[in-house]
Amino acid sequence: MKYVDEFRDGKLARGLAGAIAREADGARRYSFMEFCGGHTHAISRYGLIDLLPANVRMVHGPGCPVCVLPIGRVDMAIELALEHGVTLCTYGDTLRVPASKGLSLMKAKARGGDIRMVYSSADAVRIAQENPDKPVVFLAIGFETTTPPTAVAIKQAKALGLKNFSVLCCHVLTPAAISNILESPEVRQWGTVPLDGFIGPAHVSTVIGSRPYEFFAEEYRKPVVIAGFEPLDVMQAILMLVRQVNAGTAYVENEFSRAVSRDGNLKAQDLVAELFELRREFEWRGLNVVPYSALKIRKEYAEFDAECRFPLAYRSVADNKACECGAILRGVKRPQDCTLFGTVCTPENPIGSCMVSSEGACAAHYTYGRFRDAAA
Amino acid sequence: MAGVRPDYVRPLDLKHGRVDMTHGSGGRAMAQLIEELFARHFDNEFLRQGNDGATLPMPTGGRMVMSCDGHVVSPLFFAGGDIGCLCVHGTINDVAVMGAKPLWLAASFIMEEGFPLADLARIVESMARAAKEAGVPVVTGDTKVVEQGKADGVFITTTGVGVVPEGVTLSGDRARPGDVILLSGTLGDHGMAIMAQRENLGFSAPIVSDTAALHGLIAAMLETGADIRVLRDPTRGGLATTLNEIARQSRAGMMLEEEAIPVNPEVAAACEFLGLDPLYVANEGKLVAIVAEADAERVLAAMRAHPLGRKAARIGAVTADDHHFVQMTTGFGGRRIVDWLTGEQLPRIC
Repeated sequence: MKYVDEFRDGKLARGLAGAIAREADGARRYSFMEFCGGHTHAISRYGLIDLLPANVRMVHGPGCPVCVLPIGRVDMAIELALEHGVTLCTYGDTLRVPASKGLSLMKAKARGGDIRMVYSSADAVRIAQENPDKPVVFLAIGFETTTPPTAVAIKQAKALGLKNFSVLCCHVLTPAAISNILESPEVRQWGTVPLDGFIGPAHVSTVIGSRPYEFFAEEYRKPVVIAGFEPLDVMQAILMLVRQVNAGTAYVENEFSRAVSRDGNLKAQDLVAELFELRREFEWRGLNVVPYSALKIRKEYAEFDAECRFPLAYRSVADNKACECGAILRGVKRPQDCTLFGTVCTPENPIGSCMVSSEGACAAHYTYGRFRDAAA
Repeated sequence: MAGVRPDYVRPLDLKHGRVDMTHGSGGRAMAQLIEELFARHFDNEFLRQGNDGATLPMPTGGRMVMSCDGHVVSPLFFAGGDIGCLCVHGTINDVAVMGAKPLWLAASFIMEEGFPLADLARIVESMARAAKEAGVPVVTGDTKVVEQGKADGVFITTTGVGVVPEGVTLSGDRARPGDVILLSGTLGDHGMAIMAQRENLGFSAPIVSDTAALHGLIAAMLETGADIRVLRDPTRGGLATTLNEIARQSRAGMMLEEEAIPVNPEVAAACEFLGLDPLYVANEGKLVAIVAEADAERVLAAMRAHPLGRKAARIGAVTADDHHFVQMTTGFGGRRIVDWLTGEQLPRIC
């Protein structure tokens, strides 16, 4: 497969692994957080941990859009489907996120809700076009990568004069989440989570560019390497981070230069700015309420905002008390440190959101890596 | 941490729960429904064999195999086949992987009011052709009609019966550490052919379903006289789920080699595009064989000599593992688990 196989070459990976092993200083430990679920998935799916020396540790970050979606937002979507007769469209894994009352969108579907999985926001617009008598809501989730397509969908709906289409906007912002982690007491005051650097997101950065990370590198003295989601990208990024740590530097490097520029995609940024504005605050699963960390639809486009069109109120719902998703999303705990992991919480019956998407730290460890616990 | 926790599944909520799409996915949720509801109430020694078909003693001596399979595929017509040939192949394969020679089929049709007779005729003709080619006639059947909106076109359930030759014993619980895992060809062709045709994807790929009757290939494999322990066709849930079922039944583990597993480049590309893993995508004309190490090359040669096994490959081995993990050495040299299918990957694939 052209453009893919080149980045999955096992021989090159072993070469990189050799370089990491040679260059990592045996006298110290290296802890790097991969922010994105896409990286978490690649690390687990390709067994990259087996290629790293014992003193290089990867900490999973909060960059899985499904994982950070709080219960209350899923409850709103379920309410739309079950009580307002809405056709609710959303991306795949969102259907399985546990919500209140033992429900999920998948279970609400079994209770008669018209809930559909779509691959693209344009599919939701098409469904609205084909069913003019039914209100259609697109539950829009994700970081900066999925926001421009939502903006396009709204513009498309407006151009088509659709009166039955709206968006329940849950788009969140990467830099806000990174700041939140770096400002957390575990990292800043207590040092209980040692973080020596970040692997920055691939697709998000194609939109926002590499510039937004320069602040973190400088302010917090943490090197950032923006990397693609292919396993070789991840290995290369780890090597670059090891080198920066050894050299005592902290700047932004771009491993994903085949797609990311310093300024990003200005057209997409303009489009997002035209349709969305910052929310004063937004609740994240795991990170709690984070100020200015999410987007809402501007009032000029209020007719496409499900929160304006339907009588919906956000209610914050606490996670299961024993669930450690919060600590896991902040890198404070590992999936296997949670007492629910692999017992009551499994991919079939997820209690916490990290067990839902294959990009979630718990699901990735359960699905690909739990044999390591057996050997431990 | 002290060690890995045993497989634990929260019991089904039979009081308040509802059937959801995952219960038909072929993955763990379906296995749980079968175990906690169907197997519990129907419990008997034949059902307990836990295979795709039941091996039964005939009153006159010898053994027979009986298996049935419902087909709800959408769309009804797809590249490489349709629900008609699929429902013949699927049931023949379930009988044949038990080592039996398939003899007869029964077919039950549930049709939706308003379904075009021209489409029904196309389906029945395709079924008849497939049955004739396989030499397994449809000898009895049933037809029912439900009101518009109560079904989706046509659903077909087929039942197959066959006889097991003397000396053949195949069962999912016979895999032993050291045995070799063979796969008859490329993975994921059927599932991705269906996906490529789903209208909501706006995606086209030159992928053709692999739907085929495997009893000829299986007969050729059995003729070698090799010690074949298990045969199974990896349909819903894909190779990954099939191997996990066998690992659990045989109380063993498995280690696969990612680079040895054949996948067509078009299928690999389509999976990549849709975020799917070919290991979990359905097949309708492939089988996995678990064979004693000493006989592996002989069986592999017999498979490759048959038109349906030309791309057969040795993909791994059975291991001793108390956790019954199916693991894989990735192309990178790392290791990962190849777990059961979770949730629902592709609804209504067969």
